[in-house]
Amino acid sequence: MPEALVFYAFAALAIGASLLVIGQRNPMYSVLLLIASFGALSGLYIQLDAPFVAVAQIIIYAGAIMVLFLFVVMLLNASREDGATWDRSHPIPSTRLGKVGALLAALLVVQLGWALSQLGGRSVPVGSRVDGERLGSVLELGRVLFTRHTFAFEATSILILVAMVGAVVLARREGEA
Amino acid sequence: MDLRLLVQLGIIGLTFFMLINASAVLVLAERKIMGFIQQRYGPYLVGPWGLLQPLADIAKLLFKEELRPKGADRWLFTLAPILSVTAAFAAFAAVPWGAETTLFGLLDQPVALGVADVNVGLLVVFAITSMGVYGIVLAGWASNSKYSLFGGLRASAQMISYELSYATALAAVILLAGSLSVREVVDAQSGTWFGFLPQWYVFLQPLGFVIYVIAGVAETNRAPFDFPEAEQELVSGYNTEYSSVRFALFPQAEYINMVTMSAIATDLYLGGWHGVPLLTALGLGWLVFLGKVSLILFGYIWMRWTVPRYRYDQLMSFGWKWLFPASVVNLIATAALVLYFDA
Repeated sequence: MPEALVFYAFAALAIGASLLVIGQRNPMYSVLLLIASFGALSGLYIQLDAPFVAVAQIIIYAGAIMVLFLFVVMLLNASREDGATWDRSHPIPSTRLGKVGALLAALLVVQLGWALSQLGGRSVPVGSRVDGERLGSVLELGRVLFTRHTFAFEATSILILVAMVGAVVLARREGEA
Repeated sequence: MDLRLLVQLGIIGLTFFMLINASAVLVLAERKIMGFIQQRYGPYLVGPWGLLQPLADIAKLLFKEELRPKGADRWLFTLAPILSVTAAFAAFAAVPWGAETTLFGLLDQPVALGVADVNVGLLVVFAITSMGVYGIVLAGWASNSKYSLFGGLRASAQMISYELSYATALAAVILLAGSLSVREVVDAQSGTWFGFLPQWYVFLQPLGFVIYVIAGVAETNRAPFDFPEAEQELVSGYNTEYSSVRFALFPQAEYINMVTMSAIATDLYLGGWHGVPLLTALGLGWLVFLGKVSLILFGYIWMRWTVPRYRYDQLMSFGWKWLFPASVVNLIATAALVLYFDA
């Protein structure tokens, strides 16, 4: 029972903070709420008996990537965003792009519903761990990462490399040394 | 109530108490050493040899008026110093500072000296110290002052640049010890080579140690890397608009971060509480630990009053073009040697 309580507390924090990230007018607050959401996720990882993943989540996302986000927000001195005007007579925006967006959103909801319905067969008590032992130690995590998930691991690293090269190309304009 | 639990709580309280006082002692030490280096007395009027000067400073800071600039962000302006000091205290939670002890036979089962013994302790310390920069960045942004904003910007850029080298230097030690637990890393350094040279990782990782120290100074924003403050250019940088207790929390966080950085250097590179067999046998290894940490802290202060501040672009290019490649080379060489000797 206490496990379930801790789970619900962290889950509520993660969902609440994530919702507020997109609900905020001030980009600075959005960044901070995103950090809070990452912190809550890391709490959930600890509950799943994966301390390494939890700490890595904090170091990489909350500690490094979000510092970069904050840096950019501060550097651009982003101001409060203006609220969008919502025409009550036409709830769905009439532009073509808006329709595509609405379609994609509907698709996402359907997909989520389908994924959650697939879980119905398994009955796992809330806040308990199913596969915790396998990812508990760093040794096991490394072994799984480099044997069973080698392809995903390498594909991800190539993706990051491509992104990095792209960033360098974009940052370095034509003719500059 | 369980005696063991009481002792454990006592150790936690003691650690907290020592950290709070460490900042007061370090302020005095800093001013005394600075005075000595600059051929003057330093504080000497309050108490014998100026020993009560920190208390006078604290009383003064407590009774100052708290100000908040008109355009400042109300929530973040208050949150920033709290965040800074919380991260500083929390980071020390995973740092062990003494061998397991039974308190001279008082307990049946030995307790570990340190707040918590986490099996990924090293990463926990790293994760929490990397969160400390948010306090400084938010203080800089929330103050609604150009000087503060620049201080905060510099802090975030500096943090991103030096965290990589710092983590890579730590990774080499993790490879050597084969463990992420700080206590296990310390205990791996207990023996001696050829009967006299202690098995400290500083001898196996001289380059790693130098990288760790440089990156550590940059992470704690101390001179010669104190760009977020840089009083000659930015008035006082990120804390320009702060006063009273809110201001006091920033230097406190800085001094506690210095202690954590020195304690981790002692644990990872200088053998922690090992090194003096007589004291270790008596169960007083923590005295050895305290001595080593004090020496590193002295070096910290000495450096601040000896080396002039770098230029900001020098700091960035040094971090990315020299320190980071050096730490990567160090890590690869360590990995290769560990593989070679283990196989």
